Amino acid sequence: MESKQLQRSPDLALAGAPVVAPGHTYETVNDAINDIVLEKGFRAGWGFLFGISFVGVMMLGASVFWLLKNGIGVWGLNIPVGWAFDITNFVWWIGIGHAGTLISAILLLFKQEWRTSINRFAEAMTLFAVACAGLFPLLHLGRPWNFFWLFPYPNTMAVWPQFRSPLMWDVFAVSTYGSVSLMFWYVGLIPDLASLRDQARNKLAKLAYGALSLGWRGSAAHWNRYEVAYLLLAGLSTPLVLSVHTVVSFDFAVSQLPGWNATIFPPYFVAGAIFSGFAMVMTLAIPVRKFYNLEGFITAKHLDNMCKVMVATGLIVAYGYAMEIFMGFYGGNPFETYMFRNRALGPYAPEYWALWICNIFTPQLFWLKKFRTSIPLMFAMSIVINIGMWLERFIIIVTSLHRDFLVSSWGMFEPTIWDWGLYIGTLGFFTFLFLLFLRFLPAISAFEMKELVWKKEGKRASMPKSA
Amino acid sequence: MAKKTENPVYGLLAEFEYPEDLIHAAEKAREAGYRKMDGYSPFPIHGLSEALGIRRTRLPLLVFCGGLAGACFGFMMQVWTSSIDYPLNIGGRPANSVASWVVITFECTILFSALTTVIGMIALNGLPQPYHPVFNVAAFSNASKGRFFLCLESKDPIFDEVKSAEFLRSLEATSVALVPTGYTPDFVGLDKDTQHAV
Repeated sequence: MESKQLQRSPDLALAGAPVVAPGHTYETVNDAINDIVLEKGFRAGWGFLFGISFVGVMMLGASVFWLLKNGIGVWGLNIPVGWAFDITNFVWWIGIGHAGTLISAILLLFKQEWRTSINRFAEAMTLFAVACAGLFPLLHLGRPWNFFWLFPYPNTMAVWPQFRSPLMWDVFAVSTYGSVSLMFWYVGLIPDLASLRDQARNKLAKLAYGALSLGWRGSAAHWNRYEVAYLLLAGLSTPLVLSVHTVVSFDFAVSQLPGWNATIFPPYFVAGAIFSGFAMVMTLAIPVRKFYNLEGFITAKHLDNMCKVMVATGLIVAYGYAMEIFMGFYGGNPFETYMFRNRALGPYAPEYWALWICNIFTPQLFWLKKFRTSIPLMFAMSIVINIGMWLERFIIIVTSLHRDFLVSSWGMFEPTIWDWGLYIGTLGFFTFLFLLFLRFLPAISAFEMKELVWKKEGKRASMPKSA
Repeated sequence: MAKKTENPVYGLLAEFEYPEDLIHAAEKAREAGYRKMDGYSPFPIHGLSEALGIRRTRLPLLVFCGGLAGACFGFMMQVWTSSIDYPLNIGGRPANSVASWVVITFECTILFSALTTVIGMIALNGLPQPYHPVFNVAAFSNASKGRFFLCLESKDPIFDEVKSAEFLRSLEATSVALVPTGYTPDFVGLDKDTQHAV
């Protein structure tokens, strides 16, 4: 009995691990976060990654140029597979964004202290992921320069958008999501921009942060409204984030295609979104905390919690897969039954089984403490889960489309170099934006961390009087 | 119209090391009868607005109105375009197929509420306001770092440069500075050791 107790003690130690390393003061928190932004010049590692990501941005530019010049025939899609990489990538990117909102809004409402040090960059991740996501349906329009036809404005054709279509719902959901995420992120940044304004020595930086901070001075009356506004935004973002992936799932579920027309889709898509989003937060957090020495803020406790969220959401996703298969056979619809047989045994079977391995078996390893404490293992697994969630969307879209009701209309989808170019290009673009964010904006919410340090350390957190 | 001459002194700014001291000072100042005052801190301090006697904000009410306006806009837009102005038969659904309007009505509600929240918060706070007298005090740059300030404003009827400064010094303030109203480039703030210069 005693030896068992001893064996369990590391677990208990982890459960009680701090959300911020002890001994921090307002000044150390302030400097650790602001110095990354205010330091002169660029770090070599940052410059190297920036260069690589810039190649990705160029690749994106070339892919978009080629697409606009020639039309979407340069992609591998066809009839019957009219949605392929573009919609896969759209759903994947928008799903990644969801973890940012979950961390910043839902965990705030649940008063989860550990969210404080990861919310800022998770929100940035959301914004950049939504920017990448929005690109795909826009380009898939074929004539993207007519995108404004999606909005209800009085026009010479005297027609209106078709509001009964889930694709229109998607336009409103995603644009609202993008706007609200941007506002939430900016509101969170205002006090930190003010502190950068006060501490910047470079005149241009002082001016830029000064303008962006709107003259914030930390007045108690302002903080009073600010906190109410922040809570309201969290309260508004919570149903919004759940609605966005629900609406994305409606793009599929409202149709009558075998494999898409399923009532399990909304909850299973939302869980999948959070699952992949947390994997991406982890993929980003691990290198960021290492290279910028932020291990005292993004602690083992954070990584451990993220692993647990991934196990939970991964199990919901597993339930979704199982229920889909069950309904496919139990429903007795021969087209549905065939669809699931085709997924598991048809031409896309390798991708299907790869997604099972990545999404269902991999997160189960997080039950073991070894996998929740080893940084290289967590990093590798977060990437595996990202790949798995991409495969999930690919399988849902392509296997349902490529063989539907009539055998004569069956087909296959093979991606072209431009499909890959655009996808890898958005990965580069995302990294590019994220690196710019790390360099020019505080990656951790300094004012919330100071508040946390006040709660944890009390008077010990005070700043010694400067000479 | 004759412009009222501006008081060259905006107020007195006391600096504190601990948030608890700031709350305590605010309570004492209120007890002493001061009403025109404000606290400044690098993060929101619970209990400070109560101590300063700041009233509850009207923001939630505004946001409710914004959300209501969004819901009406989203719903009426769809009803008018799809069932009145140009009704189309889509899959045999009725012209006013309310269930289909739910999603966009919801999204508009959220969008309008969020816009009202952010614009309302910024506007009620009187931002953007690049210039404010408290920025004249050099030590105030720490208000965004790790120091806490209480400003007694000169428009308060019981404000008195000398007596109020004495009062602030009795409240464990680490320094007390006079805040000039106008921008004075040479002004570096006043410590308790230096003389009043304004």
